Amino acid sequence: MTLSIFQQLDTWARNLAPFALTMLSLIVGNMPLHLPYFVPLGIGLPMISVYYWAIHRPGLLPAPVVFLVGLIGDLMGAAPLGVGTLLLLLVYAIALSQRRLFFGQPFLVVWWGFMMIAAGAMSLGWILSSIVGGGAMDPKPTIFAYLMTLALYPALGDLFARAQRSFLRSA
Amino acid sequence: MKLRGGSAVRLASAKAWLHRGTLVLLFGAAFALMILGKTDSPLIERARISVVDALSPILDGLAKPIASARQLYENAQDFWSLREQNAELKADQERLMQWQTVARQLQAENDALRGLLNLVPEPGATFVTARVVADNGGAFVRTVLVTAGLRDGVRKGSVAMTGEGVVGRVAEVGEHSARVLLLSDINSRIPVTIERTRDQAILAGDNSDNPRLLYLPHGNALAPGDRIVTSTAGGAFPGGLPIGEVIAIEDGVPVVQLFVDWDRLEYLRLVDYKLPGVLQSGAGKLQ
Repeated sequence: MTLSIFQQLDTWARNLAPFALTMLSLIVGNMPLHLPYFVPLGIGLPMISVYYWAIHRPGLLPAPVVFLVGLIGDLMGAAPLGVGTLLLLLVYAIALSQRRLFFGQPFLVVWWGFMMIAAGAMSLGWILSSIVGGGAMDPKPTIFAYLMTLALYPALGDLFARAQRSFLRSA
Repeated sequence: MKLRGGSAVRLASAKAWLHRGTLVLLFGAAFALMILGKTDSPLIERARISVVDALSPILDGLAKPIASARQLYENAQDFWSLREQNAELKADQERLMQWQTVARQLQAENDALRGLLNLVPEPGATFVTARVVADNGGAFVRTVLVTAGLRDGVRKGSVAMTGEGVVGRVAEVGEHSARVLLLSDINSRIPVTIERTRDQAILAGDNSDNPRLLYLPHGNALAPGDRIVTSTAGGAFPGGLPIGEVIAIEDGVPVVQLFVDWDRLEYLRLVDYKLPGVLQSGAGKLQ
């Protein structure tokens, strides 16, 4: 059975959801929300999105797309050029290689996985940014952003799961 | 049957190799970008500007409802403490009236002395006020995006200020948006003067809220509370703009608390002092 052009367009638009949500989390993550105890997270929110989709629907978020989102983030100033791109790719590659470990597991296991991978990525980001910046940076803001990202994972993960259920049900 | 199964396995492994190859290639590209970013190439700057220009309307649109919600909340809070605020403001006004008299006298005296000295007047400054639409947080970078660019008269090297003092400098400017490098970013190094001793130093960011003072002359005796202002050295700033004050000396390095309140960075004044700063293209080159 061949699909009509509208059905094809519809599927195509639905399949864009992971990319769109990753871009959206990049933009929201860099907005000044002026909430108490909340700092813009730079690269933290798209990191959650990349991790989630790498485990759940990697086919819809291929590596070049992750690269593109990271590059846009770096160009808009979320991280030093290349650093944000590298971190997102790293999270993507590790999550993808450990996909069998996390897929279909209870939420806490997936969260724990993110905790480990993000810790590695943020530490590497701190080292690379310090090298690029030409001096040891104060690690406190990095640690704070990491903890904040970790705390936001349940809410965002839930949001992505809902999006997956409603947009990508048929696939 | 056996053959078909074998070719399927071969196809799958070829796919896996292709996938791995793509990843390696992309990792390599990310490293190349990092090195390219260090070279300050004009290509990167153009790419940055176009991304920022493209994203700023989206960011602006998203920021508006947030700003109005925040304003509503603050209005409600203000309304609650109206009486106290009124009393405070009245006291403030009385105090400021006295200062105004002093300032007028000093202005007159200053004008008279300038006249006596035949001092060359400084070129007038122009400024625009712009809303902060993106804040890159503090994990690795300290920059903000604002909604004013070349079209509005912002120039590369313009000084970004709030009512409290200097916040940073415009690092890149697009048609209708600009990126401000904050004083706390690790790439920020600006010449400053210690107001009391007139010593010169460099204020260097390290990504924390409190930048440090480097290259102080020997034998200086800084104490917590000393005010730090901009220096004319390098031609990047006019002298005397307030920046912050020393709050502590850690291992012999003075730590500066900036006057700006990082949590309330909503609007920035971008001032073009028309100085031949080090950031302007062509400056420093022999014409």
